Amino acid sequence: MHLRHPHDGPGHGSAAGAAARRPDGTRRALRLGLGGPVGSGKTATVAALCRELRSELSLAVVTNDIYTREDAEFLLREAVLPPERITAVETGACPHTAIRDDISANLEAVEELEDAVGPLDLILVESGGDNLTATFSRGLVDAQIFVIDVAGGDDIPRKGGPGVTTADLLVVNKTDLAPHVGSDLSRMAADAKAQRGPLPVVFQSLREEAGVAPVAAWVRERLAAWRA
Amino acid sequence: MTRAALLLLADGRFPAGGHAHSGGAEAAVRAGRITDAASLEEFCRGRLHTSGLVAASLAAAAALGADPGELDAAADARTPSPALRAAARRLGRQLLRAGRATWPCGELDLLARRFPKGVHQPVVLGAVARAAGLEPSDAAHCAAYESVGGPATATVRLLGLDPFDATGVLARLAPATDRVAARAVRAAREALTEGVDALPAASAPLLEISAEAHAAGAGRLFAT
Ligand SMILES: Nc1nc2c(ncn2[C@@H]2O[C@H](COP(=O)(O)OP(=O)(O)OP(=O)(O)O)[C@@H](O)[C@H]2O)c(=O)[nH]1
Ligand SMILES: [Mg+2]
Repeated sequence: MHLRHPHDGPGHGSAAGAAARRPDGTRRALRLGLGGPVGSGKTATVAALCRELRSELSLAVVTNDIYTREDAEFLLREAVLPPERITAVETGACPHTAIRDDISANLEAVEELEDAVGPLDLILVESGGDNLTATFSRGLVDAQIFVIDVAGGDDIPRKGGPGVTTADLLVVNKTDLAPHVGSDLSRMAADAKAQRGPLPVVFQSLREEAGVAPVAAWVRERLAAWRA
Repeated sequence: MTRAALLLLADGRFPAGGHAHSGGAEAAVRAGRITDAASLEEFCRGRLHTSGLVAASLAAAAALGADPGELDAAADARTPSPALRAAARRLGRQLLRAGRATWPCGELDLLARRFPKGVHQPVVLGAVARAAGLEPSDAAHCAAYESVGGPATATVRLLGLDPFDATGVLARLAPATDRVAARAVRAAREALTEGVDALPAASAPLLEISAEAHAAGAGRLFAT
C-alpha cells in the first residue's frame, strides 16, 4: 500500500503519543482513526470491522461521542467486542478537539486499554460526526480513514477539505442508496481522484454482500506494514 | 522564569483535557440555575470562592514543593463527590502528560512514577508550574482562573450565550480572582509549616451533589 507520509512510520511524532513501543518494550497496537460527517456510517464500519477481524486480531475500540456514550452503547448492544474492550471518551461537544487539538484523553484511553486487555494488535478510534475539516492528530493515530456517504451529497469529494484530501483511506459509504438519492458514483470517484491523487478510495455498502471486506483488507495491509 | 510560560500554561488551548469539562455549568444550566450572563456570574463567583480557592491553594502548595501525596489526600478529603475525585485524577494525568512533554524534567517524571493512577489536577498544576519555572502565585492564579474560565466557556456552548458577555463576566471577576489567588498562596505557605490541614476547605455542596447526578445522567455534552 502506498504510504503518503514516508516520515510517519513507527516512532514519529510527539514522544508521549506516538512512540511505537510501550514502556515494557513490547510493540504497541496499531491505532487507526475513523472520522467523517455525522451519520456517514463510522460506527457501522467499526462494528463490521470488529466482526470481520476479531477472530484473527486482538482488538479494542475508543469512541469520541458528542452526547457521551451513544456510539459506545451501540457497539455494546451489538456485542461486537466484549465490553472491557470498548471505551468512550467524552469530548465536551467537540470531537475534533479531542481527536486533534487536545488528544490527552484519547491517549489515556488507548493506553488504558492496552494495560487492561492487551496485548492488542489494533485499536480503532472513532470520532463523533463532525465537519469536513476534522482530522486526527498524528500524535494519536498511525493512519486515518475518512468516511463519507453518498446520501450526504455527491459533491462532498469535489468540495474537498482535509478529511477528504489527506485521509489515508477515503470510504464512500452507502452506495446502495445512490440510485435513491440521485448520487453519481462515477463523478464522486473522479472528484475523489482529483483531490487525492494516488491515495486510495473505497466505495462500500454495508447492506450488500461485500460489506466491509475491502476496508478490512486495507486494515490488514496497514497492520502488516506496522509489524514489518 | 518567563511571563510567556505562564500564558502558555493558562491558555485554554493547552492540551490537558479541560475542554471536555464544564466545571458544573452543564448541570447548573440543566437545572435552570444558569440562564444568562448574570446567573453565570453568580455561579462563577460561588465556584471561585469554594472549589476555586481550594484548587488554588493546592496548586500553590505543590508549586512550593509540598509533598504531592499529602496534597492529594487533602484534595480527596475536600472533594466529597466520587465522580469529581475521579475526574480530578483523570485531569491530573492528562495535565501531567502535557506538562512532561512541554517542560520535561525529573521532578515530573518522578511524580508520574510515584502516582501511576494520577493525583488531583491542582496538585499537578502546581508541579507543572514549578517545572515551567513559575511561582506559587502563578499556579494559584491559573487554578483560580480555571475555576471560572471553564464554566464560562462551557456556558457559551451550552446556552449560545454571547461570548462577549462571558468574557465580561470573567473580567468583572478578575479582582476577586486575584484576591483568591493571594489568599491561596498565604494558606499554602502556612501549610508548609502547619501541615495540609491549614489549607482551605471551603466546599460547595450543590456542586458536589449535582456532579454526582450529572455523572449518572445520560445525554450530557461535558464530562463534569
Ligand atoms: N443504506 C445503508 N445504510 C447504512 C450503511 N452504513 C450505515 N448505514 C446506516 O446509517 C446510519 C448511521 O450510521 P452510523 O454508523 O451510526 O453513522 P456514524 O457515522 O457513526 O454516525 P455519528 O457517529 O452519529 O456521526 C445507521 O442507521 C446505519 O445503519 C450502508 O452502507 N447503507
Ligand atoms: Mg458513530
